[in-house]
Amino acid sequence: MNASRTLLLVGGTSDIGRATALCYAQAGWRVLLAARREDDAKRNADDIAVRTGAEVTVHRLDILETSRFQTFVDGLPQLPDTVVCVVGELGDQQRGQTDLSHATQILRTNFEGPALLLGAFAERFLERGSGTIVGVSSVAGDRGRGSNYLYGAAKAGFTAFLSGLRNRLAPAGLRVVTVKPGFVRTQMTAGMKLPPVLTAEAEEVGRRIFTAAENRKSDVIYVRPVWRPVMMIIDSIPERIFKRLRL
Amino acid sequence: MTELSGWGRYPWHPSDVLSPSSPPAVPPLMTSHTGLVARGNGRAYGDAAIGERVTLVTRRLDRIRAFDHATGRVRVEAGLLLADLLDVMVPKGFFPPVVPGTKFVTIGGMIASDVHGKNHHRDGGFGDHVESLTLALPDGGIAECSSAENSDLFRATIGGMGLTGTILEATFRLRPVETGWMRQQTIVASCLDEALEGLRASSDATYSVAWIDCLAKGPSLGRSLIYVAEHATLRDLDALRPGAKAFFPSRSGRLSIPLDLPPFALNRHSVAAFNEMYFRVGAMKAGYPFLVHWNPYFFPLDGIGDWNRIYGRRGFLQYQCVIPTAHAGPALSGLLDRISQRGLASFLAVLKQMGPSHGDLSFPMEGFTLALDLPVSEGVFPLLDDLDRIVVEAGGRLYLAKDARQSPSTFEAGYSGLPRFRDLRRAIGATGRISSRLSARLGI
Repeated sequence: MNASRTLLLVGGTSDIGRATALCYAQAGWRVLLAARREDDAKRNADDIAVRTGAEVTVHRLDILETSRFQTFVDGLPQLPDTVVCVVGELGDQQRGQTDLSHATQILRTNFEGPALLLGAFAERFLERGSGTIVGVSSVAGDRGRGSNYLYGAAKAGFTAFLSGLRNRLAPAGLRVVTVKPGFVRTQMTAGMKLPPVLTAEAEEVGRRIFTAAENRKSDVIYVRPVWRPVMMIIDSIPERIFKRLRL
Repeated sequence: MTELSGWGRYPWHPSDVLSPSSPPAVPPLMTSHTGLVARGNGRAYGDAAIGERVTLVTRRLDRIRAFDHATGRVRVEAGLLLADLLDVMVPKGFFPPVVPGTKFVTIGGMIASDVHGKNHHRDGGFGDHVESLTLALPDGGIAECSSAENSDLFRATIGGMGLTGTILEATFRLRPVETGWMRQQTIVASCLDEALEGLRASSDATYSVAWIDCLAKGPSLGRSLIYVAEHATLRDLDALRPGAKAFFPSRSGRLSIPLDLPPFALNRHSVAAFNEMYFRVGAMKAGYPFLVHWNPYFFPLDGIGDWNRIYGRRGFLQYQCVIPTAHAGPALSGLLDRISQRGLASFLAVLKQMGPSHGDLSFPMEGFTLALDLPVSEGVFPLLDDLDRIVVEAGGRLYLAKDARQSPSTFEAGYSGLPRFRDLRRAIGATGRISSRLSARLGI
């Protein structure tokens, strides 16, 4: 029965995207990889196809070219059963504080693009009466911090968007899942010193996304459960103290 | 700058580390840096995969690009781990043509070291099975290499220790297997002559290897257990383990294996006691075939994570030489004699028959190879210099992927293909630009 189901993975060159697509393909899904760098996405497509025997195709998409989203959706070989968007760019907070075009890019890549794209799929899913939407947001969106609030603000917007979309689609029986990975060892965090207990591997994120999307109970997940109490504590610090912390 | 070592944790050298994310990201790095060499998973024992200034880690080039069920032909990126390839391909009924003693190596590293396995006497080295490869050259170009195209470069890159460029992709054929099991048989050899004879006599077997007790002396010098094996057929499986699954998943990492050692300090008594027990238990199984999973058969030590730490902080050296058939008996007994006299603790050493040589810097040659581990100590270096003299006199040589200390003269005496290799390096502009600590030490 799974054999006929199709995943669209947006962000097909990222480590989390690769790992997630592999999980779906292993479960027998057909996979469409959307990415800006097609050659790089083709490497992942070939790899997943050999490993699983699944059909994997690459579809060009630039998350900043929002005016092309409708054409992109129409141009897919079929409307997918599930869309997972893992697009994200940490960017350079310090640079973004003075370089407004860089700040704009961080905000658009992490919020505007993903939100508008998933919004477009939501309308099609409503028409069809089925579909699952998964957005990879971030714990950075739970509370703004001095070291990455451009990224955090965009992710906070994306989290709110997913929450609203879930609220709207739930009566129709459509699911929206918000994923907050916490630290993940990927290209994006290469070279950073990360606390092992709080840091997941990309494969772990992929498996969690797949199980959360397929298990009908999950709405908002932290990849490592330890993040839930950690973020509760961070959220509960009074602002007059929080503003003085170096975070 | 990062401090890097090989698997033996000796020596350590500082190097900048680059980690390109895809094959097209490599060629620009070849021109923007100098004193650079590629590194896969860091399983070469000595200083082969440490750049003189810059080390280019290929682990992120880990995609399988194509596989053809009908022919077994596979095209992969150079940073793919053999372990990963095995996990994907064995359940499909395919096995790599040659595997070394650990599966935690990259395909690029297997080509650069022209690794050999327990089937070298029959099937040659891994390089003999590579149909083509893509190489990032020192001038920033890319060359497709095969026996038909850029054949000199192709030949030299196999066993070339990364010194001709950075391997990006490779195509080779896997062999079909009916099961993931090995049908193994043990032969007991009570001394070195019996061991050599046993290996010669079992040269029809696909896989054969002898584990030598390096501490045995006198008439028992060189006593060994010879393991011969074939990929088990479905018929073997039916006969020896009816009802077992043909492809049993490898519980990657920790299997219970006969070499599971407690991490107490090694000394000649503990090692001697271990070897005695190992030898007796092994001998009890002698004479009749039994089935063993491919994973513990080929990669017994991989079951112990970070086993290189057993030797402590000073690290260890692996000594691996090959001696041409004509001089094998006397030379090997000279080597074993010196090792057992000194009683420098070593685990079981490995003895194996090898087939013809590939050429250039590839290690194997027709004869017998001996490999053993020795913890780093003051006394070990003069001992190994002694062993080198025996090896050189017998016309043998040392394996560069294991080496951390041989002298340039030992190296030059063993590798007659060296002048030709140096010429090729000069011709492609690799001299001085592509260099590892090993190439600098040995003047390659």
